[in-house]
Amino acid sequence: MINFEYINVSTSEAAVNALVKDTGAQWIAGGTNLVDLMKKGVMSPEKLVNINNLPFREIKKDGNILHIGALALNSEVADNELVKKEQPLLSLALKAGASQQIRNMATVGGNMMQRTRCPYFYNTDLPCNKREPGTDCGALKGYNRMHAIFGASEKCIAVHPSDMCIALVALDATVLVKGPKGERSVAFQDFHRLPGDTPQKDNTLERGELIVAIRIPDNQFKQQVHYLKIRDRTSYAFALVSVAAAINMVGDKISDARLAMGGVSHKPWRLTEAENFLKNKTASEAVFRQAADVAMRSAKSYGHNNFKLKLAPNTLVEALKAVTGKL
Amino acid sequence: MAQNKSPNKEPEVKCSNEGRRDFLKQSSLYAAFAIMPAALVKAAETEMDEKTAGYFEKVSVSLEVNGRSRELLVEPRVTLLDLLREQLNMMGTKKGCDHGQCGACTVHVDGRRVLSCLSLAVMQDGKKVTTIEGLTSGDKLHPMQEAFIKFDGFQCGYCTPGQIMSGVACIIEGHANSDDEIREYMSGNLCRCGAYPNIVKAIAHVKKGGQ
Repeated sequence: MINFEYINVSTSEAAVNALVKDTGAQWIAGGTNLVDLMKKGVMSPEKLVNINNLPFREIKKDGNILHIGALALNSEVADNELVKKEQPLLSLALKAGASQQIRNMATVGGNMMQRTRCPYFYNTDLPCNKREPGTDCGALKGYNRMHAIFGASEKCIAVHPSDMCIALVALDATVLVKGPKGERSVAFQDFHRLPGDTPQKDNTLERGELIVAIRIPDNQFKQQVHYLKIRDRTSYAFALVSVAAAINMVGDKISDARLAMGGVSHKPWRLTEAENFLKNKTASEAVFRQAADVAMRSAKSYGHNNFKLKLAPNTLVEALKAVTGKL
Repeated sequence: MAQNKSPNKEPEVKCSNEGRRDFLKQSSLYAAFAIMPAALVKAAETEMDEKTAGYFEKVSVSLEVNGRSRELLVEPRVTLLDLLREQLNMMGTKKGCDHGQCGACTVHVDGRRVLSCLSLAVMQDGKKVTTIEGLTSGDKLHPMQEAFIKFDGFQCGYCTPGQIMSGVACIIEGHANSDDEIREYMSGNLCRCGAYPNIVKAIAHVKKGGQ
């Protein structure tokens, strides 16, 4: 690992200041992704600013909003009684990601900031527009089994790796950030971005903007939620395809649905059109299959990941069957 | 500095060796760099609450390892794993993949199991670390160690310290209530010999209070 300068900060002002004043500086929280990337030489910040002492670890109810501090550990959130009661989908998604050791280190904010696991991004001998803009996307015509089927560009077909974020986008969470110009809220849907011509940017944060908390508004889904993750081994692997589903039913009719897909795009992929299609429909496998067709309209594959064109709709149908009890 | 501050000289002598002596010589040199005005000015400029540690400057870290207080100096890039193995000569914690994929380096920090290969030592300041060496009391093995022997929970043994640290935590967390749950919560510890069935048996045995 290339050496670096190091400093602890204990206020958010000092944390923001550290990045604004110093272009080579970067925050570190859990470090589970960053330290790995630094060992690989993919990232080499000149200075690390340890933000773990900031007071952003609280999980609390704030009116009709569940407030989760950005430094809350993934394992703390997953096992938190309030989270399990109010937003069980988030708990399910968190438990589907990584291992308990990593969840014990990784923070909520860090989970959102983690980089793609595209092997071209990780290997400094190979071309990658995300790591080194202008060198081309190695995966586009290379080995792309794990790659995107929605919203990719010629510049990048990498996928966002988080499970937690798939639940959060489905739950209409907002992200509270603090930066040089003060605080602002970002809809979770707008936090991560599609690659377009600038795949080096994973999200819409400005330099020096720090994630303070995520905030999830109350909903009626409660326990009628499901997170289905399909991967190469049963546990401790990134998703080939995952689906976060939350449903409200009145009798056999779906009154409301929230659906999002992971492992398929550069950002957590919300399935708004499929949600709208399902509204006021009677739950059945045939209807779920139609919703999946709607969801897949804009899908495009790149060779090795052709199988995702079948796996993705099948995963969605299975998730809907599970969440509606139509198994 | 660490030597002067230590109330108990004997253990310091125990872990000192040629490498450590060199390290102390070096570190006093770095300590001299640390108080250079430039570094202080830099900290004041950026309104930080603490001083920036420079590129090759060693940072002082206090941590408790297996119940014993340690005052150490480390470069910012040193991982907890390398600190344990290289500086403290505690070889129980294993370096497998060094990238957070295998779990061989699992230790407990403040009671939680973590991957020491992805933990920077400077970030563990003030924390309590337990390694495989800290599980035994005298000559008496921890029940989990006994169970791994009893159920043949290893072949080559390289992943075993990590498996055992993880298994102990798995029970403390309350995630060992069924074989399926044990398998799920032990998935961060790989065993290339494939001793998984016996590892699950060993953990389930300890969970049920077996000695």
